[in-house]
Amino acid sequence: MGRYALRRLLQAIPVLVGTTFFIFVIVYALPGDPIQALGGDRRMDPVIARALRDKFGLDDPLLVQYWHYLTGIFSGNFGTTFRGVEVSSIFAGKFQVTLQLALTALVMEAIIGVGLGLWSALRRGRWQDQFVLAVTLLLVSIPPLVMGFVLQLWLGVKFKLGTGIELVPVAGIGAGEKSYLLPGFVLATTSIAYLTRLTRTSLMETLRSDFIRTAVAKGMPRRRVLGRHALRNSLIPLVTYLGADLGALMGGAVITETIFNLPGIGLQLFQSVYLRENTVVVGIVTVLVLIYVVANLVVDLLYAVLDPRIRYE
Amino acid sequence: MTNPSVDTHLLPADRSAEPLLAVDNLHVEFKTRQGLVRAVNGVSYSLSAGETLAVLGESGSGKSVTAQAIMGILDMPPARIPKGEVRFHGTDMLRLSEEARTQIRGQRIAMIFQDALSALNPVFTVGWQIAEMFRVHKGMSKKQGYAKAVELMERVRIPAAKQRVHDYPHQFSGGMRQRIMIAMSIALDPEVLIADEPTTALDVTVQAQIMELLAELQRESNMGLILITHDLGVVADVADKIAVMYGGRIVEHALVHDVYASPAHPYSKGLLESIPRVDLKGQDLYAIKGLPPNLLDMPTGCAFHPRCPYRRDNCVTDVPPLYEISGTRSSACHYFREVLDGTSG
Repeated sequence: MGRYALRRLLQAIPVLVGTTFFIFVIVYALPGDPIQALGGDRRMDPVIARALRDKFGLDDPLLVQYWHYLTGIFSGNFGTTFRGVEVSSIFAGKFQVTLQLALTALVMEAIIGVGLGLWSALRRGRWQDQFVLAVTLLLVSIPPLVMGFVLQLWLGVKFKLGTGIELVPVAGIGAGEKSYLLPGFVLATTSIAYLTRLTRTSLMETLRSDFIRTAVAKGMPRRRVLGRHALRNSLIPLVTYLGADLGALMGGAVITETIFNLPGIGLQLFQSVYLRENTVVVGIVTVLVLIYVVANLVVDLLYAVLDPRIRYE
Repeated sequence: MTNPSVDTHLLPADRSAEPLLAVDNLHVEFKTRQGLVRAVNGVSYSLSAGETLAVLGESGSGKSVTAQAIMGILDMPPARIPKGEVRFHGTDMLRLSEEARTQIRGQRIAMIFQDALSALNPVFTVGWQIAEMFRVHKGMSKKQGYAKAVELMERVRIPAAKQRVHDYPHQFSGGMRQRIMIAMSIALDPEVLIADEPTTALDVTVQAQIMELLAELQRESNMGLILITHDLGVVADVADKIAVMYGGRIVEHALVHDVYASPAHPYSKGLLESIPRVDLKGQDLYAIKGLPPNLLDMPTGCAFHPRCPYRRDNCVTDVPPLYEISGTRSSACHYFREVLDGTSG
């Protein structure tokens, strides 16, 4: 298993190189001049502009620029912005915010999604099941953007002004852990719906298996049949979804953090794209890709724990 | 006669009038989108301790459904049991509470399934799955349970049982897996063992070993054994009685040597004739003409009439009752005498 993990980590290197290059090219191709953008509305002194262009190597060919960047990253240097700020200092503290947001969403997803899924699978065909299916359809249909603003309005403005009670903070991270509840939920809604349906299908399929019939024929009580014999088998496909979703959640944080004004990497990414801070954009994406790759590796290793039929050599 | 709420544990172990297990006029139907499927239509058979009953029939004849009704592992709904009784020591199990049935399942009536690979849970070790019987039903510790599992695995002759107790089902060969399944089913010395096509998924040589093992275990513990199969070759050596099923009914019920000597139903006769024989080498194999009946659209009268060489007009209209030929023998054919004499067909 150790060798397998190492091989998978080595495989991540070409993935990282490929994705960073791709992002680099896209950012490079964006219209507009980053040096001019520095000056805002005023025209920049051509001499200073010239000096800056030379300093950042902006007139070098694309591949040369990329090579400079890549060698920097592998020596742990994410570079500096055109304003001369260290990119790593911009990152400081922001990844924690995004990670905490994504993990909050992931935990909600796992608890609510898997819980609802199991519950409706056990009430297959009854009104509770139909109700859960209808709710998930509704959740999938509402874009997180709309959901975020509506909840902010209801909970933060209407409910708070009407009753004077603040259920959960609706913006910023001033209230610590509690601040992440609402944005986490908004971020998780679509995934909750998918996971609910996935769990429901997975458990229903497992319950039709021959080995469940065997467990019943062995005289095992229903609770044991479900909790021991069925649960572990139906969890296997869910782990893939949850692992892959961590990456999607961190990406989705761009919108959520912007709505809820969370000082995370998503908000920073949004602002940096706007300001043409290429080094920051590529740096953020690189770290996101790295997290994604590691999350997928963890999923693959978890598989072997859950399903003994899978062995890595 | 008996109070259905009485726990069978409290009943005397033997009642002279009642056999160990009696299926009486059992009906099972399934609700499907296409309509009502009557899978079992008035099946009756009985089993005494130490006896082996072979239930023979094609897929869809209702033999497995009957067994699942005895075990109480039918999915209800879509299945429904509108009529009939399954008496265990004289108590109708169909009227017991779910808790009371759970006490019987696995402990006093156990079952072996056809495909051990899918019937064993892939994510638990075989030892865990055998030990579970002792841990849940007998309250044993994990360690005691595993010790018992090793004992049982040795009893069904799995080599190096001590090392293999922590292996997973997929790490065993087909025959060894079926032995695990058998070890699990006899763990708590059940009085009745139902084997649902236990050898169908196995190689011929392994089939013989498994049948031998079952017969040996039965002799040792005096279990009643219900052997469900479509393989007549398997039956001859081990069974005492045969119940031949067709279209959800029993068409012939007899002692095993009587059937082999002279079948009393055209369907059993057809089955016997379709066994390949060495002395008829070179000749065409016999096959029963036509297809098994569609359970959604059963033929009128005798369900076998579209395929029957003895067919007369009344076979199409009148459902034959199970005619009693002798004390141990009955046949659901209007013309069983002709079949017995072999005068036609």
